[in-house]
Amino acid sequence: MVATSCREDELVVPTEYDIIPERPDPSSSIRGFYLVNEGNMGSNKCTLDYFDYMTGLYARNFYAERNPSVIKELGDVGNDIGIYGSKLYVVVNCSHKVEVMDARSGVRLGQIDIPNCRYIRFHRGKAYVSSYVGPVLIDPSAPKGAVYQIDTLSLAVTAKVTVGYQPEEMEIVNDYMYVANSGGYRAPAYDNTVSVIQMIDFKQVQQIKVDINLHRLKKDRYDQLWVSSRGDYQTRPSRLYCLAKRKGFNQMEVVDTIPVACSNMAIRGDSLYFYATEWNNFTASNTISYGIINVRTRELVSTSFITDGTEKEITVPYGIALHPENGDVFVTDAKNYVSSGTLYCFDSGGRRKWRVRTGDIPAHITFLSK
Amino acid sequence: MLSIFRHILWLLPVVSPPVVAQSLEATDSVSLAHRLENVEVTARRRQAEVIPSQRLDGEQLRGLNSQSVADALRYFAGVQIKDYGGVGGIKTVNIRSMGTNHTGVVYDGVELGNAQNGQVDLGQFSLDNIESISLYNGQKSEILQPARDFGTAGTIYMRTRMPKFACGETFHARMTVRSGSFDLLNPSALVELKLSERVSASLSAEWVSSSGKYKFRYRRVNPAGELAYDTTAVRQNGDINATRLECNLNGALPSGQWHAKVYNYNSERGVPGAIVNNVWRRGERIWDTNSFAQGGFNNTWGRFSALANVKYAFYRTHYVNNDDKQVKIDNLYRQRETYLSVAGEYEILPVWRISSAYDFQWNALDADVYAFARPDRFTHMASVATALAFSRFKAQASVMGSFVHDVLRGQKAPSDKQVLTPAVYLSCNPLRNADWSVRAFVKRSFRMPTFNDLYYADMGNSQLNPERVTQYNVGLLYDHSGRCGALLNAARISVDAYYNRVKDKIVAYPKGQQFRWTMLNLGLVDIRGVDVSALLSLCPVGDLTLTGRVQYTFQRAIDVTDPADNYYRDQIPYIPLHSGSAVVNASWRGINVNYSFIYVGERYNQQENIRYNYTQPWYTSDLSAGYDFSVGRVKMRCLLEVNNLLSQDYDVILNYPMPKRNYRATVTVEI
Repeated sequence: MVATSCREDELVVPTEYDIIPERPDPSSSIRGFYLVNEGNMGSNKCTLDYFDYMTGLYARNFYAERNPSVIKELGDVGNDIGIYGSKLYVVVNCSHKVEVMDARSGVRLGQIDIPNCRYIRFHRGKAYVSSYVGPVLIDPSAPKGAVYQIDTLSLAVTAKVTVGYQPEEMEIVNDYMYVANSGGYRAPAYDNTVSVIQMIDFKQVQQIKVDINLHRLKKDRYDQLWVSSRGDYQTRPSRLYCLAKRKGFNQMEVVDTIPVACSNMAIRGDSLYFYATEWNNFTASNTISYGIINVRTRELVSTSFITDGTEKEITVPYGIALHPENGDVFVTDAKNYVSSGTLYCFDSGGRRKWRVRTGDIPAHITFLSK
Repeated sequence: MLSIFRHILWLLPVVSPPVVAQSLEATDSVSLAHRLENVEVTARRRQAEVIPSQRLDGEQLRGLNSQSVADALRYFAGVQIKDYGGVGGIKTVNIRSMGTNHTGVVYDGVELGNAQNGQVDLGQFSLDNIESISLYNGQKSEILQPARDFGTAGTIYMRTRMPKFACGETFHARMTVRSGSFDLLNPSALVELKLSERVSASLSAEWVSSSGKYKFRYRRVNPAGELAYDTTAVRQNGDINATRLECNLNGALPSGQWHAKVYNYNSERGVPGAIVNNVWRRGERIWDTNSFAQGGFNNTWGRFSALANVKYAFYRTHYVNNDDKQVKIDNLYRQRETYLSVAGEYEILPVWRISSAYDFQWNALDADVYAFARPDRFTHMASVATALAFSRFKAQASVMGSFVHDVLRGQKAPSDKQVLTPAVYLSCNPLRNADWSVRAFVKRSFRMPTFNDLYYADMGNSQLNPERVTQYNVGLLYDHSGRCGALLNAARISVDAYYNRVKDKIVAYPKGQQFRWTMLNLGLVDIRGVDVSALLSLCPVGDLTLTGRVQYTFQRAIDVTDPADNYYRDQIPYIPLHSGSAVVNASWRGINVNYSFIYVGERYNQQENIRYNYTQPWYTSDLSAGYDFSVGRVKMRCLLEVNNLLSQDYDVILNYPMPKRNYRATVTVEI
C-alpha cells in the first residue's frame, strides 16, 4: 500500500506484448500491420498497435515507447492511417495534425499541422489529407472543407483545394480525385455530393450528387467507386452507391444503389466486405449486419462473412480490413468507446483465427510490406 | 460587557473577536468562546444523532484555504470533487460514489436545481457570505422539511449569514478584497440593516475576475529512469469575470421566522478544455446568468408547526465555440423553474411527532438546438414522516412519493414516472454516558433522468427510467465536550460503514459510428465504504486553542453490470480506494494559523482498471495565517494563503492540469 500511496515519477506507458497464434508465411510479402486506436475525444488516448507476422507478437501502444520524448504522446482521436514509401502517416483528428513516422521503426520523423484532418491518400509523391475546415469564406459559420496536398519528402503543405462540406474519404482514379462530402456539421442540411478534383492543376471541377451525409469511398479494380451514405440517423437509412463512368464519357455517375446499410467496407479482388451498425430506437439496441458484395455484378452475394458465430461477441464493429494476400478478414470491436477494444482475425472462410485486446476504439489498419 | 462580547461572538463566522489588550477582558472572551463552542456542539449533536452529518462553519470554514464551496467540501468524508482546475473551472461533487446527480444542494432552505444536466456547479458559490456548510448522508434529521428533501441520496446545505444585532445597533458593513495568483481580484461587500425590531435586511455583492492563467507541468520518464519529456506551459482560456448580487430580508414571527431572497449571478468564462497533443488552447466560452427569488416561513402554534417555501428561477446559458478548427457552435439554453412547498408537523406526544409535506415543481428548458424537444416537466412530491425521540433512543421513518409528468413540443412524451422512496433512521445511546451513540439507516432514493439524458438532440433516450439507489449505513459516534477551562475542549469521532447499490444507472452507450451515443439504464454499481472523521480541540495554555480534524474515506465502488465486460468488478472511474484530509488549526488571541492536507489515492480515469488508465494519487498542503485586530471601532482581518505548498503537478480529471503553488491575500474591514 505504501508503494502505491505516494506519487512516483510519471512513466511513459510501456508497450505491452501478446503472442498471437499465427504462423509466419515466409513467402508472404507482408511483414505486419499497424492499427490505430482512435481514443475517446478529450482523452488524448490515440494509440498505435503493431502486429509482426515474423515474430507473432502483437505490440499494444507502440508509439509512446518508440517516441518517449513527444509531449502528450500521439494525440487525441486518431482518424486514419497509411503507409507510402518508407513513411507511416497517422491522421490525428483532434490534435489537428498528421504524424509522420518511419514505417519500419515507428520513430517519429515530423508532423504536418492540418486543422480537423480526417483521411489520407497518396498519389505520385504527394499525400492528400481531407479536412473539415477549409479557408473561411463568405459564411464563417459554415466553412467548406478542403483537401490538402503534402509533399512526402519535405512534409510541407504544397497546395489546398476547397471541396464540399466536411469531406471524408477520398480515392484517386485516373488522375481525378473523388471526395465524399458529409456536411455533418450542418445537420439536417447535409451535403450530398462527391467532389471531383482534377489532379493536374489540383482544382475541383465537378460535384456529383449522390445522397446525404456521405462517408466511405473506396475504388475497386474496375475503377468503380463505392460510396456510403450514413443517412440522417432518423428516417433516411444508410445506403451504398456505386459510381462508374459510362462508356465514352469521362464523368462518374451513380450507376447502382445497393439496398443495404453500410458503415464501413474493404475491397479485395471482386469482393466488397462491409458491415453496418444501425441504431433502432424501438428496441433501443444496435442492429448489426455483415455482408459481401460482388463488385463486378454489383450483387449482394452473402449476408455474413463470419461463419462461426463470433459475430455475437462483437458489440460495435468499428473497423474492417482485408489481408492483401491471404484474404484474412480483420474486424475491430470498439465496445463502449471508453474501454479496450478487440481485434478479430478471421480466415477467408469466416472462421476466427485469433483475437487480441487493443487500445480504445480500434479502427484503422494498414499493412506493412517486407 | 458580556452582552457585547456575545454579540461579537455571534459574528464569528465572519470576523473573529478582536484582540483585547487587557488580560481580564481577554480571559472573558476566551471563556465565552468556550461557551459558544459548547452551544455549537450541542446544536450539532441534536442533528448528528439520527443521521450522519458533517458540518463546517465559522472559524473552521474561514481557516481553510477555500475560494468556493467546492473547495471547502474537499474536507468532508465520503465526498469526491471533480475539479477541472482554476477559478473558473467547473467543480461538481459526488457523495459516496453514487454520482453527482444524486447530490442535492440546498441554499437557504430551497434546493438548487438543474433539470438540464442535473449538476450544480459548486465553483459558482463563493464562501464570502456563507455561514455554514453541512453534508447529510441521506436526509436531514428534521422531519419538518420540504418533501423534496426526503428524496435525495445525499444533501449539502449551505446557509448564508443571518444578521444579528446587539442593543442599539442598526447597521453592519463589511468589505473584503481578495487578490492573488491567476490575476485574481475579488472584492465583495456586505451591508446588514436592522429595519425594525423584527425585520432585518442584508445586501451582499461580489465581483470575481481572474485571467485563469497558471503554469502547469507535464513530466514523464521512461522505465530506465531517464527523462522523456518535461514541459511547463500556461493554462489558457480559463478566465472568469463574474458578479453576484444577493439581497435577503429576514423577519421574526411570534414563534417562527420568515425570509425572502433575490439572487443574481452573472458570469463570462472561458472553457479551458483538455490539454492534448498539439492543442494547448481552445475557443469555447460560456455566459451564465442565474437568477432566482425565493421566500419561506416557518412558525409554531402550540403543537403544530408549519413550513412553506416558494421559488422562481431563471437560468440562461450561452455557449459559444469559436475555435476555427472545429464546428462553430452558438447555443442558447434557457431554463425556468417554479417551486412551491408546504409542510406541517404535529406533536402527538412530547416524544412522538408526525409530519407531512407536499411540493410542486415545474421545469422548462428551451434551447436553440436542432431537433430539440423543448421539454416541460411537472413534478409532484408528497411525503409523510414520523419521529420518535426518547432520551436514549431515537427513530425516524419517512416515505416520499414522486410523480413526474413531462410534456414535449412536437413529439410524444414518455410515460409518467412514479417513484416511492422510503427511509428509516435509528439512533441510540447504548451506554449511560451520552457521549456515545450508535446509528443506522436504510434509504432508497432515485434520480430522474435529466432533460439532456432524455431529449438531447440525437443522443437522448426518452425511454429512460429513473436511476435508483439503495443505501445502508451503520455508524458509531463519540462526541465529548469538555468543561470551561479544561484542557480538552472537544473530542469527536465518528465511524460509518455503508453499502450502496446503484441500479439502472444511466450510462452513455455507443450508437453506430462516429462518436454517436445514446443513454441507457445499463449500469449496476456496488459501493462499500467506510467514512471516519475525528475532531480534537485542546486549550493547552492561556489563550491558545489547538484544533485538529482528520477525515478518512475508504470506498470500493465496482461495476457489476455484466460479467462479459472487460471492466467487470473494476473500480469505477475517478473513485479512489483511499482518500482523506487533515487540518490543524492554532489560534492565539487574534492570530490564526491553519495547515491542511488533502490526499486522494490512486484512481482510474476509465472503467477498465489497467495501467493505461491509471491516475496517480495527489496530495496537497495548504497553509494560511490570519490576524485579527481593531482600529477604534473598525475590526480588521488579514489573511495570507499558500495553496499547493509543495507545488505538486497533478490532474484531478485526466488532461485537466491543476495549478502549481499559488497565493492569495485577503483583507476584511468591518464596522
